[in-house]
Amino acid sequence: MSDPILSLRDLKLGFKTYEGLVEVLHGISLRIGRGEKVALVGESGSGKSVTARIILGLLQELKSARISGEIHFDGADLEKLSRRERQSLRGTRMSMIFQDPTSSLNPVFPIHVQFHEVLRRMDRNLTQRQGMQRAISLLTDVSIPEPERVLQAYAFQLSGGMNQRVMIAMALANEPSLLIADEPGTALDVTVQAQTLHLMRDLVVRKGTSVLFISHNLGVVREFADRVYVIYKGRIVEHGPTDTLFSKPLHPYTKALMAAVPRITGGGIPDIAENSEAFLDPMIDHEVEVPA
Amino acid sequence: MRRTLSILLSNPLSVIGLLLVGTVVFSAIFADFIAPFPSHRGAVVDFSNFNQPPHWPNIFGTDLVGRDLFSRILYAYRISLMLGVVVLAIAVPIGVTVGLAAGYLGGWVDFVLMRLTDVFLSIPPLVLAMSVMGVLEPTLTNGMLAVTTMWWPWYARLAYNVTRSESQEGYVLAAEIIGASRLHIMFREILPNCVPSIVTKMTLDLGFVILIASSLSFLGLGVQAPTPDLGSMVAEGGNYLPDSWWLTVFPSLAILIAVFGFNLLGDALRQVLGADQ
Repeated sequence: MSDPILSLRDLKLGFKTYEGLVEVLHGISLRIGRGEKVALVGESGSGKSVTARIILGLLQELKSARISGEIHFDGADLEKLSRRERQSLRGTRMSMIFQDPTSSLNPVFPIHVQFHEVLRRMDRNLTQRQGMQRAISLLTDVSIPEPERVLQAYAFQLSGGMNQRVMIAMALANEPSLLIADEPGTALDVTVQAQTLHLMRDLVVRKGTSVLFISHNLGVVREFADRVYVIYKGRIVEHGPTDTLFSKPLHPYTKALMAAVPRITGGGIPDIAENSEAFLDPMIDHEVEVPA
Repeated sequence: MRRTLSILLSNPLSVIGLLLVGTVVFSAIFADFIAPFPSHRGAVVDFSNFNQPPHWPNIFGTDLVGRDLFSRILYAYRISLMLGVVVLAIAVPIGVTVGLAAGYLGGWVDFVLMRLTDVFLSIPPLVLAMSVMGVLEPTLTNGMLAVTTMWWPWYARLAYNVTRSESQEGYVLAAEIIGASRLHIMFREILPNCVPSIVTKMTLDLGFVILIASSLSFLGLGVQAPTPDLGSMVAEGGNYLPDSWWLTVFPSLAILIAVFGFNLLGDALRQVLGADQ
């Protein structure tokens, strides 16, 4: 495998509370190669989103957070960078897409103003005209009809799907090497979500962007990712290529997770056993088990 | 803009507020042309015509040295409005900056700034303004200073509360994630979202600033004679009640009209801006 764009080794995160240190991540290791689409799957509260925030360098600024372990982004040790240097990475070389696109856009500015701010991160001298043109071509990339009109609109005037496309276009505007998608479009309805995800996949494949895809939606993950990490209670429990993992899940938690997906054919919603002891079994790594 | 106007005009109270404020502002700006006796704003004495009840051409009567009360009220409006505008122009930026910084940065910045604000808020406003005026010379400038001192904490608190809730919004996180600086997030992302509440409060406050300034000069701590001021006119006339009733009634009514007008307008703006959200 080529030199990874992102690698986490034994990442631990704790929060200082009044009742002492609470450890949230117990040593996460993961790797994303260049141009690879990797999914991090787990239930609510398993530590998916905090992992994303550490990678973006947002939790490092929180006084109560205790972080240890190695985070390498594009060869650089993130923990050794200053606040300013981490800030300069965000929006240029790594960027993010959120659950709810509409609330991620500032309600008091039209879209083009916000686009311009994103584009200006790369080019301080960008003129209004150039910015507009770039924005129009980026919006065309995400199949927005009448991009000129959308640029003049406010977020609350556009539909959720439209806003999601705008967010995707913005996130990819500066051609980042890493895109973190934190449950993208969970706030949208399923058909719109599927459309925008296809669009996003085509775009990142074309641009060669690496993606960390965070989700609890197994169907979406199977569609989207090359490799999958399954996370449970702050530990990676299983890791492998998407096909292998979905066809032959080995870890008890992964099996339970997959069994918990409600099926359209009926049969009721399967019951996932709460806190089964077996879920804490050691990690299973398919890449080690199944030699390529 | 058209939408804003149509909402404003659909409520009769808003229309009344708009009319009252319009009248007050108009008469303050064009006092020189409206006032029948422009020179009476200063130290003019006309003993042949002193302390007269309302009659033509002194429609509000004359004061104890024979000056036209109507003219003096128009000029007093000018001073009150100027004071209100200047006070808000200083107090709002200070208060809002303090509130934004405390609300967004949090931690010890929050603690220090908001506790300082609390200290100012814990002193009764009129007492605080009086003590400032007591220490300094009672002039118009110092009057503005005194009122500003007691006014900014309210804006700090307002901006703080709005900032705290806006900080939780997705667009703030999104801005952090694309690497926007803290200053950018405070002033370019959050502040525009605070504007509706701030503007509403400013309109309401213009009335109250006029009221407070009048109270100060009523107590003899405001603008000094011969400059016309609504508060000192009321205080002066108070000694001659009920015989020379016009000396107090007309300046009091003038204060009432201004404060009432700004209150109605403030309420109307709250509706309009609130509906836009």
